Amino acid sequence: MNLLLLVHEWSVIALALALLLADLWLPLSSKRKLGYAAVAGLVVILLYGIIKPPPYGTTFGGMYVMDGLALFFKRFFISAAILVLLMSVEFADHIETGIAEYYALILFALSGMLFASSANDFSLLFVSLELITVTFYVLTSFQRARLASLEAGVKYLIIGALSTGFTVFGIALVYGLGKTLNFGQLAAVAGQFKSNPVFLFGLLLVLTGLGFKIAAFPFQIWAPDVYQGAPSPTTAFLAVGSKAAGFVLLLRVLFTAVPQIALEWSRLLIVISAITILYGNLCAIPQRNIKRLLGYSSIAHAGYMLLGISALSAAGQSAVLYYLSGYLVTVLGAFTVICIALQSRPAERDEGGPSHGGLDFNEDISSLAGLNQRSPLLAATITLALVSLAGIPPLAGFLGKFLLFKAALAQAPAQHAYYWLVAIAIAGVVISIYYYFGLIRAIYWSKDPADLSPIRTSIPIRISLCACIIGMLYLGIRPNLFVKFAADAIQKLTS
Amino acid sequence: MSVLTYIILIPLAAALALVFVPRTFSVVFRAVAILATLASALLAIKMFVQFQPGAAGFQNEQQVTWVSSFDPRPTTPDPRLAAISYHVGVDGINVGLVLMAAIVAFAAACVSSEIKRREKQFYILLLTMAGGILGAFASLDLFFFYFFHELALVPTFIMIGVWGRGAQKNYATFQITLYLSIGALIALVGLIALYVQTGAKTFDIPALIAMASEPENGVPLGAQKFIFPVLLFGFGILVSLWPFHTWAPLGYASAPTPTAMLHAGALKKFGLYGLIRIALPLLPQGAQAWAHTLAWLCLGNLLYAGWVAMRQKDLNWLAGYSSVAHMGFVFLGIASLSLIGVTGAVVVMIAHGFLASLIFALNGYLYRQTGTLEIAQLGGLLRKLPFIGAALIMAAFAGCGLPGFANFAGELSVFFGAWKSFQTITVLACWGAMLVGALYLLRAMRAALHGPLVQKWANIEDARTLWRKTPFALLLACLLIFGFFPRLLTDKIQLPAAVILRTAAADVFTPSSSSSSSSSSSSKPLYVAAPPDKHHLQ
Repeated sequence: MNLLLLVHEWSVIALALALLLADLWLPLSSKRKLGYAAVAGLVVILLYGIIKPPPYGTTFGGMYVMDGLALFFKRFFISAAILVLLMSVEFADHIETGIAEYYALILFALSGMLFASSANDFSLLFVSLELITVTFYVLTSFQRARLASLEAGVKYLIIGALSTGFTVFGIALVYGLGKTLNFGQLAAVAGQFKSNPVFLFGLLLVLTGLGFKIAAFPFQIWAPDVYQGAPSPTTAFLAVGSKAAGFVLLLRVLFTAVPQIALEWSRLLIVISAITILYGNLCAIPQRNIKRLLGYSSIAHAGYMLLGISALSAAGQSAVLYYLSGYLVTVLGAFTVICIALQSRPAERDEGGPSHGGLDFNEDISSLAGLNQRSPLLAATITLALVSLAGIPPLAGFLGKFLLFKAALAQAPAQHAYYWLVAIAIAGVVISIYYYFGLIRAIYWSKDPADLSPIRTSIPIRISLCACIIGMLYLGIRPNLFVKFAADAIQKLTS
Repeated sequence: MSVLTYIILIPLAAALALVFVPRTFSVVFRAVAILATLASALLAIKMFVQFQPGAAGFQNEQQVTWVSSFDPRPTTPDPRLAAISYHVGVDGINVGLVLMAAIVAFAAACVSSEIKRREKQFYILLLTMAGGILGAFASLDLFFFYFFHELALVPTFIMIGVWGRGAQKNYATFQITLYLSIGALIALVGLIALYVQTGAKTFDIPALIAMASEPENGVPLGAQKFIFPVLLFGFGILVSLWPFHTWAPLGYASAPTPTAMLHAGALKKFGLYGLIRIALPLLPQGAQAWAHTLAWLCLGNLLYAGWVAMRQKDLNWLAGYSSVAHMGFVFLGIASLSLIGVTGAVVVMIAHGFLASLIFALNGYLYRQTGTLEIAQLGGLLRKLPFIGAALIMAAFAGCGLPGFANFAGELSVFFGAWKSFQTITVLACWGAMLVGALYLLRAMRAALHGPLVQKWANIEDARTLWRKTPFALLLACLLIFGFFPRLLTDKIQLPAAVILRTAAADVFTPSSSSSSSSSSSSKPLYVAAPPDKHHLQ
């Protein structure tokens, strides 16, 4: 057993435990600052992992693998957690008690994601999924006094538990026939179960569980409610970290464990991807709540990334990784702005009275009005983020979509369904331009904004916003480096 | 660094610099915008003058590797084979377009004084748009070609949405955004499909063409017939090909003057340029299969849009429809797949760039003076506006295709080229162009400029100072220079056009036809000088 491979995981867990311990002794006033300590710790871990990358290899009897893909995603998750923690520090006023626990739970969820990126076995897949999901149950309902938050937590719990059940059942069926849980060993035997309905059914159930994580149709039903109700940092982490964890597991299962079967599932993946894109974009149109709108848009983005997976090619997989990198800076930038801009409004607490379908009036699109006068930096960040999500050059989202479409079209001569998929994706992009620009219009050109008080931003937040902007522009303008990273990362996957 | 890179980068760098200027310094924004576009225009003129018409291949080339490869495998060090590279260069076709775009951008910056609010944002967007347009015309890489176009397109939407005029401003913004985004995305799919079909690992346009021109390597016939219409309609929407033209008149009528000038004049030509630069050489059989359809569609532009233009009551709507109509000439020239037709098409593109921006600039001047462009409310303005009125009349003459203006040279050669392929359509197009065009333009001029002066406008002012006259005079001068000396353009265009048409024109011409001598030899290496064509325009 080579513990050196797990350097990211154990250092993150140690950091989380240290945070919990520190919580016991620190005075209440300085607990908020613990978030910065966590950020500093993660930065050290990230830098250490870059300077001295852990060796490639497997451990725990092949359950845990350290390869290019795992390393790519570990860095991805840690970066996401850093930005989310910075956001949480700003959000601390809205959390009545236990802010240190909130930080620690983010770190525990992070450790689950780190394990997920290295999962090479159905049991580690399940454990890491549960580690992520269970911490998110708590993170989602952390604002105990807010009904919408509790409601979101319960919804997430029920649907999450259901999908967990599916996953376990599916794993059991796969194990029953394949006689192994290890992806590598399964790949050797999966070919003979190509037409075995029980085996295929089991795999389908596993995919159900992963579909729930990435919020793909028809398992997307929880996303809008949970995105809307959860505390903003949780939503952001859910949108980026949890979704990416679903994708790395999907990549591993489809292309490492059952590559032969995945090749035959292109049609299924195409259909799911197309419906997810259309559903997310169409449902986002009438939304007035910003977080709910982003919830639907995150469904649509899951659809775009599934498009890359459905291409069943190295180009498609590396495009997914590139898209996720762009998505990280874009979505976290947007959520940081939302988190700050919305909380600085006069709080309309909805404790007491029943929440009307979780409606939260101070998250309405109109509350962004005049943001460019209140804080140009916040307005610029969210504008760039929305433009990038809409896929317009020169930002990260454009290049990501470009690579995804390229990968799908490369397969199209062989199977014409890809033409239709790309056509639908384009329809989705056009729809999304409509609602993203509606948000931008609300920021810059709404009539008589109600509140023009300037918003103060702390220095760490400014740094994180600038990092997001730089990331969006860099990934959009100079793609060379990350295209190479993404291509390197998926190299091991199929071999 | 190539002079082209400077031409593109100066406006973009100026836009970036303006971001850091406090928003109260409105003089600075104007000055920077005018100086930056002037610098680009001067460099473009220098490049145009120094251009060697006889030389094969591209001039002022520069190539920088952007993405070395999409594969993790070690890549070849040859930058020509990089997956994506920043590759700019001009041949006879785009040297004129870059010149036109740079001059139009300068003129647009000059007339931007009509913008009075949010000046900082406006000039930043204007410069971004100018840089994007220039980049799109100069790019020799599919990715950057598209990238620069989008970079120019998004500011268009924002400028119409924020600084636009008229009651239908919001609807116009919405419509133009939707139409042009769809068009651009369809074109993007076509471009990627093309890349996939050539089997190349690069987006470099010359490399793709070189690869496709080898007999065993071309895009398969079935795919050609499939991809060409994707590109045709994707680009067609961007160029307001009938019946996808409805965004144009409303959009231009609602747009602020500089935006309408830049879009109708320069950016719109992107789609046409894409068809000539990419679709014709890479999809020759697809082009042949669809040429006839395209020729019929362009009648929609020439006749239908011209007919609708006759009924317009607003000068800007009229200009919008006439710009839709003029696109018909270019499409007809492309559809003819003949050397003289395509040469004419490029001349029309350049001529119309100057013409459309001139008309929109003059309309914008009138609008500032009178606050309306409704023809019924105007009248007798020539008495008060000798310079503006005369320029408007000359623009109308150019629009009718009067000899002496650059449009005439282009339209005439388009008809010559098209006659070989489609007689009926050419006859109909001639009627559309000559009669309908003259009718609506001259009628509008009579109503707005002649007759008794409406008392309301007794106090309006002409462009008195030299500075005020500069943008109009400049555009008019370009129309006249290229009208009297079309060889300045045609000599440059013919050689690359012959190379582009080498495969596409092979079946259209009869073997005895003069210009097909270059088209039969498809195995020749690329950019070998083709024998000069016998049809000179003068």
